[in-house]
Amino acid sequence: MTSSRPSTATPPEPRTAAAGRRTPRRKGRGNPYPYVFYLPAGIIYTVVFLVPTIMAFYFSMTRWTLFDSTFVGLENFTDFFAEQNLRIGFQNTLIYAVSTSGLKVVLGMALGVLLTSRLKLRGFLRSVVFFPVLVSTVAVGITFSVLLKPDTGLVNKALALVGVSGPDWLGDANTALLSVAIVDVWKGVGLATVIYIAGMMSIPRDYYQAVAVDGGGAWHRFRYVTLPLSWPATNSVIILSFIGGLRSFDLIWTMTRGGPGFTSDVIASIIYKQYQAGFFGLSTAGNVILFIVVTALVVPLTRFLSAREVPA
Amino acid sequence: MRALRRSGAEVAAFVVAVVVFIVPFSFMVLTAVKDELQSAELDFAWPASWPIVENFVAVIEARDYVLLRAFVNSTVLTVGAVALLVVFCSMAGFVLQRRKGRMGTTVNFLVLTGLIIPPAIVPTIWVLQGLGLFKTLPGLILVEVAFHMSYSVLLFRAFVAAVPRELDEAAMIDGCTGFRLFFQVIFPLLRPVTITVVLTTSVAVFNDFVNPLYFLPGDENATVQLTLYNFQSQYSTQWNLLFMDIVLITIPPLLAFVFFNRKIVAGMTAGAIKG
Repeated sequence: MTSSRPSTATPPEPRTAAAGRRTPRRKGRGNPYPYVFYLPAGIIYTVVFLVPTIMAFYFSMTRWTLFDSTFVGLENFTDFFAEQNLRIGFQNTLIYAVSTSGLKVVLGMALGVLLTSRLKLRGFLRSVVFFPVLVSTVAVGITFSVLLKPDTGLVNKALALVGVSGPDWLGDANTALLSVAIVDVWKGVGLATVIYIAGMMSIPRDYYQAVAVDGGGAWHRFRYVTLPLSWPATNSVIILSFIGGLRSFDLIWTMTRGGPGFTSDVIASIIYKQYQAGFFGLSTAGNVILFIVVTALVVPLTRFLSAREVPA
Repeated sequence: MRALRRSGAEVAAFVVAVVVFIVPFSFMVLTAVKDELQSAELDFAWPASWPIVENFVAVIEARDYVLLRAFVNSTVLTVGAVALLVVFCSMAGFVLQRRKGRMGTTVNFLVLTGLIIPPAIVPTIWVLQGLGLFKTLPGLILVEVAFHMSYSVLLFRAFVAAVPRELDEAAMIDGCTGFRLFFQVIFPLLRPVTITVVLTTSVAVFNDFVNPLYFLPGDENATVQLTLYNFQSQYSTQWNLLFMDIVLITIPPLLAFVFFNRKIVAGMTAGAIKG
């Protein structure tokens, strides 16, 4: 991303200076919006993000120690899919992304409707729901892994009070991933909610009055006004939380470390495990797979969602 | 009857919010101020004794004051990354909004790419190693800048669109172009969005766990999130200290929340809808 200014500065400029005052002075200094402004950001972006992303495609096909690499073709990728544990990670990533983004849409929309209504506690509730967004994921993960402990955990103690014996949420292969997903929703639903609130507040009052004139009730207001007109909000909640879900690592890592066994591993946690084990090529192959999964799912999804976004 | 039902719904919403959202936070604080023995029970009981100061001092002194160093590191990291983000991304966002063309299209594409694509971890380490920046704070600052760049550029670009072009033209008549135009005329006008970017990215950088884990490993120059992670394995018996650490680390975002709640919410929703 280099500046094209020197090459575009046209030579005859100084001569025409006599013709008019303003333009030559302006052109003499180059464009008022010089491309040099891209330079600092561009250098950092290129060196720290773009180059590694491109190099990843090469290194994912090598056995690699950071200092030297031997080309092994697609071996890392076949390893990745041949191993049962790694395949689970692939599947889990999709389950995790779909379930978290689905729940965030449903709960975020419900909370959005609730918190744009005329509740007295609206302000308090909005703050309470939003605050977890700003708390560190590690802190949330540690706290909930304590709350979800099988015998001493608060959740199971509360369930015992009503006569239900709760499972070992994080220790059971069947519930581990979904428990983490629910905590993810707990932490992230506040963001979905404020996006919905912003969307719903911008719906003109007239539409609701029109429904009232036609004798419609609360359900009609929701079904025929709120739901269709908050589509842009739904759109961004889906995209944001779906991308976040596919890339998610920190919460899963602090709560289960991918366990028990490999049952709650996702691609991002496998990347870390392989990195820790020194398999840099394999780890990078995981990165490339994640890259392909994210692009292959998010780009068509964005197209699909924005195609449905018909301005009302 | 209707009023009654409304207030019934209100009470129900309140109770659910308290159980779901307030209880976990109360649990953090209560456990943080208990003594070691009681905290090990991990229940919701009222503290029998209140060794707040002792716990606080113990956490600070643990592992040769690692937490203090971590707070310094996290502050340097956050301030450094956010300062670079503000200056560089406002410049880029300004030109991106004002100057269309093939270059602009390319940059827009790169910005979207940065939003969607997950960074390639080990190749980034490889690059940083080559530059001698791996396991250093400046290296991590660059990483944070690169990974939060797209979001910030988008926010700045959207805000610049609302700054009238006539202003640029007036400044140009006075001979102000390029750097002077931007830093003397435009940048001061970007104050609202600058505040938004500062708040949202500093919360994100301060809370970041993954990048310090990869690019700044080791106890020596840990960030606060890493100390928490390391304490988790070390303090498997001293729950009060672990939770005191959690509480201390939650204070900076809490302060940001208390003072700038509206700004943060506005920034995050704007970023989401533009993105």
